[in-house]
Amino acid sequence: MFPRSFEYFAPTSIEDALALLAEHGEDAKVLAGGQSLIPLMKLRFAAPDYIVDINRIQGLDYLEEQDGSLRIGALVRTSDMERSELIASRYPAMAAAAPLISDPVVRNLGTVVGSLCHADPQGDWASVMLAMGAELVCRSATGERRVAIGDLIDGPFTTTLEPNEIATEVHVPDPGAHSFGTYLKLERKVGDFASVGVAVHLALDGDRVERAGIALTAVGAGNIKAKEAEDALAGAVLDDATIDRAASLAAEAADPKTDLRGSADYKREIVRVFVTRALSQAATAKAA
Amino acid sequence: MAVEEKEIEWLGKSVKRKEDDRFVRGAGNYVDDVVLPNMLHMAILRSPFAHARLTSIDTSAAEALDGVVAVVTGALLAEHNLAWMPTLSGDTQAVLATDKVRFQGQEVACVVAENPYIAHDALELIEVEYDPLPVIVDPKKSLDDDAPVIRNDKEGQKDNRIYHWEAGDKEATDRAFEGADVVVSLDTHYPRSHPAPLECCACIADVNPGTGKTTIYMTSQAPHAIRTVFAMVTGLPEQNIQIISPDIGGGFGNKVPVYPGYVVATAASLLIGQPVKWTEDRSGNLASTGFARDFHMHGELALDRDGKMLGLRVGMLSDQGYAYADAQPSKFKAGLFHIVTGSYDMPAAHVVTDGAYTNKAPGGVAYRCSFRVTEASFLIERLVQNAAYEMDMEPAELRRKNFIRPEQFPYTSVTGFIYDSGDYEKALDLALEKSGYNELRAEQKRMRDEGKLLGIGLASFTEVVGAGPSRDYDILGIKMFDSAELRVHPTGKAILKLGVKSQGQGHETTFAQIVASELGIPPDDVTVQEGDTDNTPYGLGTYASRSTPTGGAATAVVARKLREKAKEIAAHTLEVAPEDLEWKGDHFFVKGAPDQSTTIQEVAFAAYTNHPQGMEAGLEGVTYYDPPNMTYPFGTYVVAVEVDAKTGEWKVRTVVAVDDCGIRINPMIVEGQIMGGLTEGFAMSSMQQIAFDEEGNCLGSNFMDYLLPTAWETPHFELHETVTPSPHHPMGCKGVGESATVGSPAAYANAVVDALLHLGVRNIDMPMTSAKVWEAMQQGRQAQDQ
Ligand SMILES: Cc1cc2nc3c(=O)[nH]c(=O)nc-3n(C[C@H](O)[C@H](O)[C@H](O)COP(=O)(O)OP(=O)(O)OC[C@H]3O[C@@H](n4cnc5c(N)ncnc54)[C@H](O)[C@@H]3O)c2cc1C
Repeated sequence: MFPRSFEYFAPTSIEDALALLAEHGEDAKVLAGGQSLIPLMKLRFAAPDYIVDINRIQGLDYLEEQDGSLRIGALVRTSDMERSELIASRYPAMAAAAPLISDPVVRNLGTVVGSLCHADPQGDWASVMLAMGAELVCRSATGERRVAIGDLIDGPFTTTLEPNEIATEVHVPDPGAHSFGTYLKLERKVGDFASVGVAVHLALDGDRVERAGIALTAVGAGNIKAKEAEDALAGAVLDDATIDRAASLAAEAADPKTDLRGSADYKREIVRVFVTRALSQAATAKAA
Repeated sequence: MAVEEKEIEWLGKSVKRKEDDRFVRGAGNYVDDVVLPNMLHMAILRSPFAHARLTSIDTSAAEALDGVVAVVTGALLAEHNLAWMPTLSGDTQAVLATDKVRFQGQEVACVVAENPYIAHDALELIEVEYDPLPVIVDPKKSLDDDAPVIRNDKEGQKDNRIYHWEAGDKEATDRAFEGADVVVSLDTHYPRSHPAPLECCACIADVNPGTGKTTIYMTSQAPHAIRTVFAMVTGLPEQNIQIISPDIGGGFGNKVPVYPGYVVATAASLLIGQPVKWTEDRSGNLASTGFARDFHMHGELALDRDGKMLGLRVGMLSDQGYAYADAQPSKFKAGLFHIVTGSYDMPAAHVVTDGAYTNKAPGGVAYRCSFRVTEASFLIERLVQNAAYEMDMEPAELRRKNFIRPEQFPYTSVTGFIYDSGDYEKALDLALEKSGYNELRAEQKRMRDEGKLLGIGLASFTEVVGAGPSRDYDILGIKMFDSAELRVHPTGKAILKLGVKSQGQGHETTFAQIVASELGIPPDDVTVQEGDTDNTPYGLGTYASRSTPTGGAATAVVARKLREKAKEIAAHTLEVAPEDLEWKGDHFFVKGAPDQSTTIQEVAFAAYTNHPQGMEAGLEGVTYYDPPNMTYPFGTYVVAVEVDAKTGEWKVRTVVAVDDCGIRINPMIVEGQIMGGLTEGFAMSSMQQIAFDEEGNCLGSNFMDYLLPTAWETPHFELHETVTPSPHHPMGCKGVGESATVGSPAAYANAVVDALLHLGVRNIDMPMTSAKVWEAMQQGRQAQDQ
C-alpha cells in the first residue's frame, strides 16, 4: 500500500486553501477525513499531485441551527453527528444513520461533507440529505454557491463540484415542528457499506404527512430520491394502503444491479420492506 | 533435604500465556519488523487477466528509474532454471510467468528497489502485452472435451484433469443402496474461502556472498520442510540455508506453502548480493496465496426404514485453480476427505474424487481443517440432517442410532481410518441438555405459529488430526514425525526446542506446561524455542492440529527420558539405588523415607557438577516422535438461529459446543482455539467467499468484499467438554486447533435450513447470505403456491 508521491499543503485559512485550489485546480485534491481519499491513493486508483489538507482550518467544525435551519461545517465528523444532542432530538434520520456508517475509527475521522463530495452510490449521508432536502454550500476564490444534493451527484463518484471549490457546509432546512425520520440499512456485517439503505423523513401535521422525503442508497448509479413515493405520501394519512403504495413506488424507483450482495429483485424487495417498516414505525409512533 | 508440598500439577491448568506479555506490549517481532543493513525492497507485478498469453514484457523504463536495482522476469528466472517450482502436491507452479498467465493476480515480474515506494512506482513502468485467452472458472466445464488446456506447459497434459481418486468399496456400496428403504441425496458447494491471517506473507532473503550462507526470515508454519524444499529447488547446500520464522501473525494453513515471492526474493538476493525484503499486501495475499475448500460435492446416504445407515456414496469435484498445490500427504489425492463417514458406523462407502484445473489461484490449503476433513464433515452432517427430515425422525436420534459405539473402538472405518477412541453419545447428550434442545424445539413450534422463524441445527463431528504415522503420512516424501529437544541447564531452568511452529496457538505456554508436568520445572522456567532451523530439531511444522499430537508427544517423551537419567543422578547423590527412588511431581525421594529427597533442580545441578563416573554429563535429550496413529477429537454442536422472514437476514441465538479433545493441557488455550474455530465456521457459513466473475476476475481480494466477522456479529459461545483420552498419545491428548472450524459450519447451515423446513427448503449453499436465504424462501413459497 504505497501511494505515488505528492505535494502536501496544510493551509490554516479557507482563503489560503482556496488560493491553492485556484492555482493547482485539476491536479489537487481536498483532504478532509481521508477515509475515502487515502485508501484510493494507497491503491493508486487516485494519484493527485497536490493534497490540500483542510483539517488545520479553524472554525469549520460547527454543528448548529441558525434561523431554523441546520448547518453542518466541513469538518464535522460522523462521530460528532452520532454524539450530538441536537441531532438526536431534532434529526432522527441523521441520528439513525450515523452509527450505521462503518466503524468508530472511520467515524472519528470521516466527515459528512466529505462523504457527500465523494458521491459513492453506497454512501449513506447523501440519502439522508436527499430525504431532508439539504444543500451543499460551495466556495471558490471567486464566490460562493449552493447546490441541492440531487444536483451535486452526477453519477458514481462524480459530482458537479468544480476543481477550485471547497464545500464548506451542508445546509439542512427546518425538519418541521413534528417530524419523523429514520435510516434503515442492510449490511452483511457491522462496518459494511450498504447493500441497500433507505432514508425516510416525514414532516407531520397531526395525522397527515405534510412533506415526505425518501431516498435510497446502493440501488443505483447514485443515491436516488424516490420522488413518486414522496408525492404519494404528501397530504396523506399513514394507513396501510398508503404505506403499501408508497413502499411499492419507492421499490420501483430503485434501479439495483445483481451482484454478490443479492439479485436486483432482492434489493428492490428490501427497499419495499424497509420503506414499509419505516412508515409503519411512523404510524405507530404517531398513534402512541 | 525435605521438600515442602507445593502445586505440582501442571496439566489442566489455565496458565496465562507466556507469549502475551510481548504481544500486548506491541513488542512482538514479525518478519516485517526485521531490518537488515543494506536491505532492498521487492514488489510484485500481477496479471490483470485470468488467462492470457504473454507476448512481451518491456522493463527498460522501470530499470531506468532512480533507485531501482533490478527487475526480475520469468525469462530471467528461466535462465537459472527457476521459473517453475514444485508444489506441495508434486505439481508445478510458476514462480514468474513465462509463457502464459493462468489466473488473475499471477506474479509476472518483480522490482527490487531501494525502498518500497520506488519499487511500486517502477511496477507502473513495466509494460506487459497480453493476448487474452478463453477463461475457465467452472471446474465442471473445465473437464469438458473441448475446454482449452490450461496447463499446456506440462508434457502429456491433454486436458484439465488433475486426478481421479477413489476410496472405499464400490460393489459393497452399490449392494447397500440396492437394499435400502430410503436414499437421500445432497448437492452442495463448499465455497472457496481464504484463511486471511492478519499478517500477510513476508520474507527477507539474505544470501551473503562472503559466507555463502543464506538466511531467510519467513512467515512459515513449516520452516524445516521449507529449508529442504529450498535446497532442492535452488541447489543451495542445505547446511548453508537457515530459515527463521519469527513471530507469526496467524497462519491457518495459509503459511505452509512456498510462494513465488519467497523464491524471487531469494534469487534476487543471490544475484544482487544484498538482503531483499518482500512484504505482501492484503490483495496479494487474498488473490494469490493458498485458498481453502472449493469442493463441489454430491452425497447419497442409504438407510433402512428404521433409520440405520447402510451406505454412503460421495462424488466430489475439487476446483484446484491452475496448479495442484494442496498441502497434504502425498498418498491421499483429496486429503483426508475420505473420512466422510464421520461419526457413524457405516457398513459401506464409496468416495470418488476428481481434481480439475481452472483459471484461479492455486492453493487448496487446509484452512484449519486437517487436510480436507472440514468438507467431509460438512457433507455428512448436512446429509444426516436431511435424512432425518426425509424419515421424519428427530435429527439427534438418527445420529444416536448410528454412532460408532464406545466399545467399538479402535474402530476401522470402511475407507481405512482407525478411530482411536470416542464416546459420541455422551457428547451429544451433554449438548442437547446444555442447549435446552427440547425446549428449543417447542419454542420453534410456537414461533412458527406466529410466523416467526427459528431454526435448530446439530453437528456431531469427528475429526482426524495429528499427522501422522510414517507408514501413511508424508509431505513430498518427508515423513510426518515431529521432534523435541530439551536442555536442562545447571540451575534447573530449561530450553525446549521444537520442530513445530506456533502462529498464535500458545506453544510457549502449552509445551512449557508439558515439561513442567513431566519434569517438575515450572512453566516460567522453561523457554520454548521454535522456528529457527539452525537451532531447533527437524520437524514438519504446525498445521492440521498436529503440534500437540506430534510435538507435544515428543516433548513428553524426551522429558521422560531425562527423568530416567535424572533418577540415576539422584540415586548417585542420595547414595541409594535407582530402584529405591520414587518420583513425585518435581522431586525424587527414597521409598519409605520421604524426607530423603532431591529436587529436579538439584539433580540438574548435579548433572553438571557431580554426575556419576561413567555417565555422560549434562541433562539434555532429543526425541523424534512417530505417532502410532492419528488422534480423533469429536464433539456435538447445537446452533439456534432466528431468520427474518422478510429480508432473509439471520442471527445466531445459541451456540452450545461440546468438544472432546482428550486431556486438556491448558483449558484456556483450548477454549480460545474452539472459540476461534466457531467464529471462523460462522464466517464461512454466513459471509465468506472468494468468488469470481465470468472473466475470472477475483471478487474477494480485499476486506471490503472478503468479510471477516467482528466481535459485534460473532455469536456468544457456550462451551462444554467431555474427556475421552487418546489411548496412544503419551498424555492422552488429541489435537483441537481445528475441531470447531471442522464441526461448526454444518451446525450453522443445518440451523438455517431447519428454520425454513416448512417451506420445503433442504439446502442453501454457503455462504448463506441474506439474499440466498431470501431466494430459498421465495422458491419455497412459490412451490407451495403451485
Ligand atoms: C472501512 C471503511 C468503511 C466505510 N463505510 C462506510 C459506510 O458504511 N457508509 C458510508 O457512507 N461511508 C463509509 N465509508 C466512507 C466514509 O464515511 C468516508 O469518510 C466518507 O465517505 C468521506 O469522508 P472523508 O471526510 O473521509 O473524505 P475524504 O476521504 O477526505 O475525501 C473524499 C473525497 O471528497 C473530497 N472532499 C472531501 N471534503 C471536501 C470538501 N470539504 N470540499 C470539497 N471536496 C471535498 C476529497 O477531495 C475526496 O475526493 C467508509 C470508509 C472506510 C474506510
